[in-house]
Amino acid sequence: MDLTFSDSDLSFRKEVVSFLDNEYPTDIKEKQDKRIPLEKEEIIRWQKILHNKGWFAINWPTEFSGYKELSVTEKYILQEELAKANTPTTIPFGMGMCAPVIYSFGTEDQKEKHLPSILNSDIWWCQGYSEPGSGSDLASLKTKAELVDDKYIVNGTKTWTTLAQHADWIFCLVRTETTPIKQEGISFLLIDMSTPGIEVKPIITIDGSHEVNMVYLDNVEVPKENLIGEEGQGWNIAKFLLAHERSGIAGIAALKRELKRLKELSSEIPLGEGSLLEDSQFRSKIEETEIELTATEFTELRTLAAMSQGGSPGAESSILKIKGTELQQTISELFVEMLGYYAHPFYLENEIGSNETVGPDYAAPVMPHYLNYRKVSIYGGSNEIQRNVISKAILGL
Amino acid sequence: MDFTFNEEQTMIQDQVEQFIQKEYDWETRQELSNSDLGFGANNWKIFAELGWLGIAISEDNGGFGGSSIETMLIMEEFGKGLVVEPFLETIVMSSGLLDQYGTDEQKSEVIGSVISGEMHLALAYAEPQSRFNLSDVVTEAKVDGRNFVINGFKSVVMNGPSANKFIISARTSGKQLDKKGISLFLVDSDVTGLTRTDYKTVDGRKASDLNLENVSVPSESLIGSLDEGFNILDESIDRSILAISAEAVGAMEVLYKTTVEYTKTREQFGTPIGKFQVLQHRMVDMFMEYEQCKSLLYMATMKNEEGAPDAKKAISGLKYQVGKAGKFVGQQAVQLHGGMGVTDELNVGHYFKRLTTIGTIFGNADFHLKQYTSL
Ligand SMILES: Cc1cc2nc3c(=O)[nH]c(=O)nc-3n(C[C@H](O)[C@H](O)[C@H](O)COP(=O)(O)OP(=O)(O)OC[C@H]3O[C@@H](n4cnc5c(N)ncnc54)[C@H](O)[C@@H]3O)c2cc1C
Ligand SMILES: Cc1cc2nc3c(=O)[nH]c(=O)nc-3n(C[C@H](O)[C@H](O)[C@H](O)COP(=O)(O)OP(=O)(O)OC[C@H]3O[C@@H](n4cnc5c(N)ncnc54)[C@H](O)[C@@H]3O)c2cc1C
Repeated sequence: MDLTFSDSDLSFRKEVVSFLDNEYPTDIKEKQDKRIPLEKEEIIRWQKILHNKGWFAINWPTEFSGYKELSVTEKYILQEELAKANTPTTIPFGMGMCAPVIYSFGTEDQKEKHLPSILNSDIWWCQGYSEPGSGSDLASLKTKAELVDDKYIVNGTKTWTTLAQHADWIFCLVRTETTPIKQEGISFLLIDMSTPGIEVKPIITIDGSHEVNMVYLDNVEVPKENLIGEEGQGWNIAKFLLAHERSGIAGIAALKRELKRLKELSSEIPLGEGSLLEDSQFRSKIEETEIELTATEFTELRTLAAMSQGGSPGAESSILKIKGTELQQTISELFVEMLGYYAHPFYLENEIGSNETVGPDYAAPVMPHYLNYRKVSIYGGSNEIQRNVISKAILGL
Repeated sequence: MDFTFNEEQTMIQDQVEQFIQKEYDWETRQELSNSDLGFGANNWKIFAELGWLGIAISEDNGGFGGSSIETMLIMEEFGKGLVVEPFLETIVMSSGLLDQYGTDEQKSEVIGSVISGEMHLALAYAEPQSRFNLSDVVTEAKVDGRNFVINGFKSVVMNGPSANKFIISARTSGKQLDKKGISLFLVDSDVTGLTRTDYKTVDGRKASDLNLENVSVPSESLIGSLDEGFNILDESIDRSILAISAEAVGAMEVLYKTTVEYTKTREQFGTPIGKFQVLQHRMVDMFMEYEQCKSLLYMATMKNEEGAPDAKKAISGLKYQVGKAGKFVGQQAVQLHGGMGVTDELNVGHYFKRLTTIGTIFGNADFHLKQYTSL
């Protein structure tokens, strides 16, 4: 047991800090610091900068990324510094989700076709799993793909598809066969969003933003070579992916930054003769959150350490998902509480950061963020489902 | 002990319930909320015609002399319909205060027009630094001949955009946090020096920030006695807490019932999700939170009506519970609806948002727990 960083870790941290000083674009930084939602172009620009440094697809095997391998500790340091500097969250659908499937199950042709454009952030992916009738019970999905000659004809409706309005490609779970065990008839299919028959309709969420969509597929023709693996292997691929999404799932580094910011801002809010941070009730909520956060951080580190010794992440990632999302929600709630009445004035995405907003200059995004983050305990396997997973897989119930 | 309502009260309750059912379906509510005015001008007329606007005003001043029980019943039904008309702001927060403490001139100028639905009011008490402390007042009113000159800033004044007159708290003596030395003024919204910044609030209503720069008002604008405005304000906020808590109880009832209905019809894993015990227990907790709030609401309303010595403590206890329960019920209603719960289209998210603002308005759970301890 040892909690200290080695000399080489420390010099790696210095390298990250100086990279950020030099390469983090000031226009993006300014928007990030004001919590103004970024444009697609800005996210892509930042991802390219990370990629050029070899710090974008850090969890890919180096034979596909061409990067220098980072140790578990270095990845931890990198994520911590990126979050500390409040750099944009990278979009996971291509780099973190679709690519691992492609390099693990895809053909040479598929790897060649898709991995470079994902690495370069030239192609934007979205995830087409959920359907109106299939949320928690994903395996009941009905979107049908029928092989006719050398093409799949796809029909069905996907929903809650995050950022589909920006996506060039979608990776889908589709039903290629009706089988007694519903999981066995599912396949993993890549679909070009510009194919005729695809329609994307916005779903507006309670924060007033357009982040998710309905995706209608009407006789969409998909070349057979876009199937990943074998027909019927889709469910296993999806399960593999869930297990793969472990590192950073709890978003610890960003939570630490936000908690620190909460302390700083609340120390500037007057309350009687002191500050809100000095208020015993508010203060103890912050401390409780900090303890829970530290516990979650070390649960994550223990999991990562076990994995680097060759262990496989199992239901542990469910603990991280539950605890991480609960912390995200708690902290977003404390920001609302901190603001008092000034959490109530409501602005749409495009008004945030304009000088028309009232109250403290950081106020406008706080309530939308709180509302938006109700999603984190629902998506990616709801927290109820994650608890079911733990009770089955770990407790043996 | 008697928890039944008298005949008139039951009649009002039925009347409001029917209005919501017949005239206030969800699409209508959304249209009104998104309109420029932010509520239904015609609905306001209906409220006036049905006598709701004057229900709690004394008979001497042209009202019906009802009690805070009637207000509670109206607000509870409004909570069920998520009504956006500013009954709380114009009627409960503002006109009640004038009814009791206004000068004859102020009453004759204002109360009749409020009851007839022609005039809107707003109570401007909060300031950027004040948080929930009513006695934290920096805005200043200085005597200038026969006038007062007001300078300062008021935050998040609910119903600000529609108000014809504001009731503004200002310091006429003492230090920033003193209770003594606060005075209340009745000020026309179009007075020189008053600038409004209007905006929507997250609960689908409207509010304003007020900048007051050398606003000169005649000395007749003073409500009650000089330097003695705090108690008037405090009483009015207590009544308003009772009213907004009733609204919250109505909203919670709709949320727990809607959630129960949804989980009976939404199927996953080949069964209605309402069959999962973890969700059943969650909904049982939502239901119990609602019931507990309702109990405290009745208790505190009656204590306030009777002028019981511990009425203030009861009101803080109620607001604490409403803050806590409203958050739980709102968040869980969203959670149990899954993705549907976070959509703008479904009403659930909007009830959740209103419960969120109610949790803050007039002091959040922390604030009232502290009040409760100190009383
Ligand atoms: C903002 C947002 C973004 C999303 N992005 C994407 C995306 O990009 N791609 C994609 O494919 N999907 C996406 N999703 C969909 C997400 O994965 C689903 O919402 C999620 O799986 C839950 O499904 P559901 O919404 O149908 O809720 P339901 O499955 O109907 O669940 C409703 C409630 O019942 C509970 N429940 C269900 N089953 C059980 C059980 N067995 N035991 C106990 N409780 C249970 C749930 O926890 C929930 O509280 C997104 C969702 C949201 C809200
Ligand atoms: C101090 C004490 C005094 C008592 N006095 C009396 C008495 O005077 N007369 C008498 O007849 N009995 C008495 N009892 C017994 C008491 O009624 C039982 O303990 C009780 O019914 C629970 O039964 P159990 O102990 O067998 O626990 P179990 O029934 O085995 O329950 C164990 C746990 O499982 C939970 N559980 C069980 N079924 C479900 C379900 N369907 N869904 C969810 N959770 C479930 C329970 O809530 C509990 O947490 C007493 C018990 C105690 C502790």
